[in-house]
Amino acid sequence: MRTRTPSRRRHPIVLLLLLPLVAVLVPEFYNFAHPSIGGMPFFYWWQLLWVAGVAVCTGIVYLATRSPR
Amino acid sequence: MIPPFNGLEFGIVVAMFAVVTVLGFMATRWNRTTSLASVEEWGLGGRRFGTVVSWFLIGGDLYTAYTFVAVPALLFGVGATGFFAVPYTIAVFPLVMFPAARMWSVCHEHGYATAADFVRGRHGSALLALLVAITGIAATIPYIALQLTGIKAVLEVMGIGGDWPLWIAFAALAAYTWTSGLRAPALIAFVKDILIYIMVLVAVIYIPYKLGGYNVIFDRAQSTLTSQGLGTLLTGSQYLGYSTLALGSALALFLYPHAVTGVLATRSRTVVKKNMSLLPAYSLMLGFIALLGYMAIAAHVTPVGGTAKAPDTTTIVPVLFNSQFPHWFAGVAFGAITIGALVPAAIMGISAANTFARDIYRPYFRPRASDREESLVSQIVSVILKLGAVGVIVALKLSFAIELQLIGGVIVIQILPPLVLGLYTRWYHRWALAAGWVVGMGLSVYMLYITPSKTSAHFGSASFAFSSWGFDTKMTIWTGIIGVLANLIVATALTPLLRRLPQGQDETSPADYEEAEAPPMPLEPGRAPRVT
Repeated sequence: MRTRTPSRRRHPIVLLLLLPLVAVLVPEFYNFAHPSIGGMPFFYWWQLLWVAGVAVCTGIVYLATRSPR
Repeated sequence: MIPPFNGLEFGIVVAMFAVVTVLGFMATRWNRTTSLASVEEWGLGGRRFGTVVSWFLIGGDLYTAYTFVAVPALLFGVGATGFFAVPYTIAVFPLVMFPAARMWSVCHEHGYATAADFVRGRHGSALLALLVAITGIAATIPYIALQLTGIKAVLEVMGIGGDWPLWIAFAALAAYTWTSGLRAPALIAFVKDILIYIMVLVAVIYIPYKLGGYNVIFDRAQSTLTSQGLGTLLTGSQYLGYSTLALGSALALFLYPHAVTGVLATRSRTVVKKNMSLLPAYSLMLGFIALLGYMAIAAHVTPVGGTAKAPDTTTIVPVLFNSQFPHWFAGVAFGAITIGALVPAAIMGISAANTFARDIYRPYFRPRASDREESLVSQIVSVILKLGAVGVIVALKLSFAIELQLIGGVIVIQILPPLVLGLYTRWYHRWALAAGWVVGMGLSVYMLYITPSKTSAHFGSASFAFSSWGFDTKMTIWTGIIGVLANLIVATALTPLLRRLPQGQDETSPADYEEAEAPPMPLEPGRAPRVT
């Protein structure tokens, strides 16, 4: 037997997916040398930090939209 | 200058390769309930992979050996622009999460094994399906060939000049892929990724420690790049090129047949969605690997091979490891890069072969082919593709293959309208989508053709300079964005005009896209995956 999810409205939390896109696709926000961390310019650690950020955002969206068992 | 032969490193690489080959053959017995003689079983592993296996499989599939050598090479060569790989592999997950889940559901419901299978079922158009199949195969072939450049770079640094190890490596790969199908790379991916994670962890701590910290690394990179007119930050005219390259590559990534195969081989829609928040772990690793390019600058690494005008910068990571690590650990790292080339090459071979068997051979040559025959064709084509890839690398200049790869993303993004829009709407007319493909592909290929590189007049790069069209600016844009916009405009404009012409039959229903879980029982033996 297959289980089908009932058709439902998109959860508004899905908008959270836009956050990492804006954060890393607009270089105007992060193309700076300072503040640097341990010698790493802002440009680099900001983008690396958003790797964790995207995992958190997609993780929250997954938990909020997963199908009921 | 060819470095001296290093027996210890070579011995370690050979031993690791042997272990992986045995694993590949053993994989045929893994988690199997029925005969392997169908595309479902051989080419998709029975669609039974859970969260952990899928994480290794898709991760091993998308973050390839080429990535490990080419991305640092890019930072080494051009500075900040090369870091686009990080926003690219961040943006891909939020973009793909929901379309991939819908794709999994509809393909599971209807037994589709490839993107072209879905397009045929959704739009009722054999022509559109053929275009999608050809696009996918054309974009994948150079990608398979490119995996060899990772192995070749390692071999060169170990002091082995000939091509014979490539033939042996890919012959072994072809043999165990023949017997085990997708299960082989899935099992090997465990070994590969654990090794790569260890290698990266050691590299990003130990090498900066030896060089005097990230301060020294970025300072030296900045001063070296500045002397070449580049830098560790973007210039204003690079912004558009940087973000469109990242966005476009992200949109293109899951359109490749091997990525579709990775998604469809999972057990459930939940596994797909969950992995969109687990796979970024690989992006973190990729980000640190990218910085190896600056470490190579700071360590005064000189590339091995290539010509004086165009040195083969793909060798800088192996050279860096060779100069910084003890030889035994350099050997382990080289083994990891070698195995890292085999996993994606296997999956790419399987998925391109599946596409050929399902979407070209069956509909156009043998409509009555049995599942067994279809899977046999897929096995044969997979072997041809792998050995053909070695032939291409051996026969052609290496730099040519890399240019082809840049072009791969520009080509494959042209199937976005029929595939991704098709997941959400049937508004588009099938012939409008086909016309959009023709215009978009034509424009993209033309733009690539007039883009020169340092060493060639045509097909030089996937970054298109607006100055080629007479604009007085240094700005560039990722070629595929223009191509896919043209494709979308044509498809959207023609759809209302073509309304009177016959519509294709849609065999899917809205509920198919929401289907949540796999049936609890595996597919019964011999059940035909239906293509209509």
